[in-house]
Amino acid sequence: MMQFDSISDFFNMGGYAFYVWLSYGVTFFCLATLIITSARQKRKVLIDIAKKMDREERLKETRSTKS
Amino acid sequence: MWKWLHPYADPERAYKLSGTLFPWFAILAGLLIAVGTTWGLVFAPTDYQQGDSYRIIFIHVPAASMSMAAYMGMATAAFIGLVWQIKLADWAAASIAPIGAVITFIALFTGAAWGKPMWGAWWVWDARLTSELVLLFLYLGVISLYASFEDKVLAARAAGILAIVGVINIPIIKYSVEWWSSLHQPSTIRITEKSTMSTEMLYPLLINILGFGLMIGAITIVRFRAEILARNGMRPWVRELAKAEEVK
Repeated sequence: MMQFDSISDFFNMGGYAFYVWLSYGVTFFCLATLIITSARQKRKVLIDIAKKMDREERLKETRSTKS
Repeated sequence: MWKWLHPYADPERAYKLSGTLFPWFAILAGLLIAVGTTWGLVFAPTDYQQGDSYRIIFIHVPAASMSMAAYMGMATAAFIGLVWQIKLADWAAASIAPIGAVITFIALFTGAAWGKPMWGAWWVWDARLTSELVLLFLYLGVISLYASFEDKVLAARAAGILAIVGVINIPIIKYSVEWWSSLHQPSTIRITEKSTMSTEMLYPLLINILGFGLMIGAITIVRFRAEILARNGMRPWVRELAKAEEVK
């Protein structure tokens, strides 16, 4: 059963709005940040590896033209 | 059992297997947290003593209990990595640490925001709160030790030893409310006897605890896969993935 009579009643949280929404807001923000940074990790790792491979390739080329 | 487990200790297979498991964890976690949170915020009855402030429980307790469970998971992985020298276990431990730190921070923060209206203080130096704060520092210690060494085998050993020694803190957190007189209320969920909370409050709480556990599992998989790639940059299969990513 719904515990609140109206939307404003719900947001008011029986007078504890500040503490309840602060908790939920901070939790949401922390989890969202964690999930976004974790999801971006893979691409960053792969790009770093690709860059390293390009460097190795260039090094090989300069070596072979010198000799 | 070892014969059966052994092929999964191959990084490429672990990468693929965790990739297939990921959607199950992510979808279930999302569903459970959505249901548990809505149920807890809108439909669970108001507490006769604490009013609606108690609704913080639906994130505070899942975060706090899972901060300890994640620590045990991390320490177990670190132990396996240390004893049997399975690198995948080391990487799993390293993937859990930052997640555990965030979850512990959430437990502490929501606890403070609940403590202020109920106890009149954001923070007290009480056994439960202090030991949970120590847990946060343990996580941060493991993260920084792992990040401090260029040689990741050495880094995993240093971080792993700290993680294993830190396990001593887990029973201290768990039993702190029984061993010392505390402002913190004792646990409301009982395994062996009847819980001290009405089922209409208990169900959404249990759903969110399970949801948080699965969410930690899902994020661990994401970080674990990135860690596998980072540690295997010389392998041909990783180099192929890197080439494909560069083109994109």
